[in-house]
Amino acid sequence: MGVLEGLLMINPGLYQLLFLGTALFFIGVYGFLTRRNLISMLMSIELILNSVNINFLAFNKYLWPNNLDGIFFAIFIIAIAAAEAAVAIAIIINLYRNHQSIDVEQAAEMKY
Amino acid sequence: MSGSTIVFYLLALLSLVSAVLAVSTRQIFRAAIFLLFTLMGIAGIYFWMQYEFIAAVQIVVYVGGITVLIIFSIFLTQQAGDLLPKQKISKQLFAALAALSGFLLVVLQLVKNDFNATVETASSANIEAIGSRMLSTTEGGYALPFEVISILLLAAMIGCIVIAIPFKKSDDEDQKILIAENENYEKLFF
Repeated sequence: MGVLEGLLMINPGLYQLLFLGTALFFIGVYGFLTRRNLISMLMSIELILNSVNINFLAFNKYLWPNNLDGIFFAIFIIAIAAAEAAVAIAIIINLYRNHQSIDVEQAAEMKY
Repeated sequence: MSGSTIVFYLLALLSLVSAVLAVSTRQIFRAAIFLLFTLMGIAGIYFWMQYEFIAAVQIVVYVGGITVLIIFSIFLTQQAGDLLPKQKISKQLFAALAALSGFLLVVLQLVKNDFNATVETASSANIEAIGSRMLSTTEGGYALPFEVISILLLAAMIGCIVIAIPFKKSDDEDQKILIAENENYEKLFF
């Protein structure tokens, strides 16, 4: 039961950071499921990627402090997120040019 | 309760509240601004964890890059003052239920699990250590992933340009050839 005490302990540590990461992840999932606008869905994906980064850094700081692996994973995730956001926005703008809408319901056909 | 604790909970509260607002507001521009606050809060948490380099990268890439990109694409694709369409209540309810049950599942697993920290002494995570690890080719070095990421970024850049470039039919050579071929076929068959 030492874990529960750790969770309720007032000093923030690994459990508080993991809790924060989990909460952000599922807020992003909720946004991804409810939004029908492509840009809003992209924002939810950014939230999800950020929560994963928090997890990696929290594990690196509290469980694996003699190594830097979590930091490198976070850096690579940030780089991939930037590339993904750029490609997604290029596709969204192209879609808007062809359909005058970025609603996913009206984007059933990807090939114009 | 020390100052560091208060700072952590304030940053976590800022991130969570603005994340909830970002996924629930019906004005997409406000959603982008709330996302900006969330990312700033997360950068603050990285500062609190004393990972200054990651925090700086977070601010430069997310706050300075991705959010600005999102705001520009909102300007390009939304009419000013348009509200996002309202979702059906049942759909929202099911999404909230799915997210909540997933959240509870993960938190229960977290509470049950006991993490074992390594007993070795912590090494510093300053920029010098990160840079030499990033380019080292020895065991545990990250030179190969670094190169792969470079190629990925180059491919993404070229892909963006190719996808988003305006397609002018009159200037396109292939299109002209296609039209000429069509005319030839029409002459043959009709």
